[in-house]
Amino acid sequence: MAKKIKKTVIDAEPGGRKLYHRELNELIREAVRDGFNWITLINVCGQRFIGAGIKEEVTIEVFGDAGLDLGVFSEGASIIVHGCSEYLLGNTLNGGELVVYGDSWDITGMGARDGRMFVLGDGGSRIGIHMKECEDKKPAIVYGGRVKQYCGEYMAGGVIVVLGLDYSNALRDKGKDLKRDNIDPGKIVDFVGEIVQSDLGAGIHGGSIYVRGEVPDDVLGVHASRGVFDDGDKKILSPLLDRFSELFNTPTDLIWSKGFTKIVPISSRPFGKVYTPTPI
Amino acid sequence: MKAQDNIIPRFKVDIDLDECSKCGRCAVNCTFGVIEFDGEVNKPVVVDDSSCVACQRCAVFCPKNAISIKDYPVTYAPHGNWTPWHLRGINEQAKTGSVLLSGMGNDRNQPVIFDQLVWDACQVTNPSIDALREPVETRTFLGRKPDKLSFNEEGEGISLKDVFPNVMLPAPLIVGHMSLGSISYNAYTSILRAVSEVGTLFGTGEGGLHQDHVVFRGNTISEVASGRFGVSPDYLDAAAIEIKIGQGAKPGHGGQLPGEKVKELISDTRGIPLGTDALSPNPQHDIYSIEDLKTLIAALHEATEYRVPVGVKIAAVNNVAPIASGIVRAEADFLTIDGFRGGTGAAPRVVRDNTGIPVELAVASVDQHLRDEGIRHKVTLVAGGSLRSSSDLIKIIALGADVGMIATSALIAMGCRVCQQCATGKCAWGIATGNPGLGRRVDMEWASRRVVNLLRSWTADLDEVLGIMGIDAVESFVGNRDRLRYVGPNPDEARILGVKHAGSRIDLGGE
Repeated sequence: MAKKIKKTVIDAEPGGRKLYHRELNELIREAVRDGFNWITLINVCGQRFIGAGIKEEVTIEVFGDAGLDLGVFSEGASIIVHGCSEYLLGNTLNGGELVVYGDSWDITGMGARDGRMFVLGDGGSRIGIHMKECEDKKPAIVYGGRVKQYCGEYMAGGVIVVLGLDYSNALRDKGKDLKRDNIDPGKIVDFVGEIVQSDLGAGIHGGSIYVRGEVPDDVLGVHASRGVFDDGDKKILSPLLDRFSELFNTPTDLIWSKGFTKIVPISSRPFGKVYTPTPI
Repeated sequence: MKAQDNIIPRFKVDIDLDECSKCGRCAVNCTFGVIEFDGEVNKPVVVDDSSCVACQRCAVFCPKNAISIKDYPVTYAPHGNWTPWHLRGINEQAKTGSVLLSGMGNDRNQPVIFDQLVWDACQVTNPSIDALREPVETRTFLGRKPDKLSFNEEGEGISLKDVFPNVMLPAPLIVGHMSLGSISYNAYTSILRAVSEVGTLFGTGEGGLHQDHVVFRGNTISEVASGRFGVSPDYLDAAAIEIKIGQGAKPGHGGQLPGEKVKELISDTRGIPLGTDALSPNPQHDIYSIEDLKTLIAALHEATEYRVPVGVKIAAVNNVAPIASGIVRAEADFLTIDGFRGGTGAAPRVVRDNTGIPVELAVASVDQHLRDEGIRHKVTLVAGGSLRSSSDLIKIIALGADVGMIATSALIAMGCRVCQQCATGKCAWGIATGNPGLGRRVDMEWASRRVVNLLRSWTADLDEVLGIMGIDAVESFVGNRDRLRYVGPNPDEARILGVKHAGSRIDLGGE
């Protein structure tokens, strides 16, 4: 049975005064306690920690740009940002789905343990650092655009996907809040040049990174190597890319028009031989 | 391996076969492969002296006291510079080419400053207190304190305004962080039972909280460290949260639980696959500055709805005082300083033995620096690494700590003999091991009773000493360095500690 949707709207700038993150989060939690499961935040302007530690399965829709640590420690909430999000999207995420219709810069999904993160635009460095997985808990990050250095550093599990798609001409009404309907699928093109930068997967000891297109050798970080992309990988990617396509109005044919390069660890014990326990 | 690779054993094990009852307990209890029981001749045999670590397990369990463990009788040519310690180290590294890993704390014999301090007592001019019959307050509150008290006067009664969450401790003594994995399930559970009986706190270490231990949540400090293992909203719902930046035994170093130790129990608790290395990177990659630290503290406050005190633990390093000031300004509710003798499950020996500064100097310097800046009152200062006795606890409080933290001492209460083999996972006492068979050697009923006794006896010692000093509440003793005197050889040390040399009079102020 479909859950009944109960909506409410919270203004993050009531009467022209921007709410501090503590006030905004208190209002969100109050709405959750009151039984609302679709909470729309309007006039958001960089407030940090939106949805921090939320365990309830609610949807939080953010209009404006979200600040640092969106959804930090949360477990089960869906947060959709119609704008950009600052550093540390999904820091230590435990579940749920975070969607950003813009860029989301450094350290996305740091230490994430489960949950999915979809970003339409570009990312900074250290995307997915130290993500981990265990049994059915398998976090995923999908970037529509490009990312910078040290993507997947220390990665211990989960999936990172970088698509390298350029939406800059595909967004209609750029001044308006970024939404699915404002994306013109006909005008999405591939970025020219590298979509990942140096030290890709440095120190990786679990999980895999999928980069759409070719990856030059000199980009690979220490302990990272190329894996063979097979049907198993397709099975992992398909649901993620279908969801990406649905969220960002991007044809799946376009996404699959190029092959993927798979990056995996050389070993699950990269430092196994460095130390010897020794009495002296 | 060539004969030249052999290193002379450190210990020689002898079994007095005239006394021996041939029960075989020594062989069963030895986990290092030193003693085996030879069924054919029906007697225990010492098969490999070189693996003996002097953990005493065999000797303690021998019903006839027939086992002796001595220094190995092959001596090294005497040399004041090239000691056996150096020769062994070079030989091991020449053999393996790897970093020497060790457990426990720094075992080098640098002078201990605690041992150079004595304290004051009341004589004639002020009366001492009889702690057995008169109240001495040892309760301590862990958490941030407001700059001033303000009140809500609306409605009925008066309530405090703008206060921060605090945890009440019966005495200024907690058990520091040790993760499930670094110590066994039984050892971990025993400590949790003990702290919950006493009403104090135990640090979870970086490894999450096992489902069996959720009932003890009111007595845990949940650690958030660079690996973020097991950090979920439920995990954060603890008595307190601590962001671990550093550990006294290995400042600047992260952690690594080797794949061999990542068995089901650990995999479940930490949320990582079986058999993979559980790596905690050296830095936390969302903290590269005080501002970043402030962000993480705020994130934890937000995630717990400001109900839980959030602290920060750092190792005692050269610049500890200004760093501490930054941490207080980043709105940490408590600050833990771990000295260079602090323990560890595993650390490179070169790091363990040489990195950081003594906790006595660090605490005195932090306390003074925060006082000078007028922010000392805001924060609860916790200190450990290492407190070996109640006198160390009392001295660290006088030097400026609000709360003392023990870990190795608690393990010793449960049987640990400080043989420094924690990193091998072979602990014969069942404490520092992930092997469930060995872990069951810790009788949880007995072990938790021993830890309770230790915590209570140190509290009683504190009562006694506050009594003889005529101090009726431990809070007035915190940072009361004028009640200490220095009897060591180095006046500079006394100056940095802010402690006068023995024989100096109490400073009454004025001219």
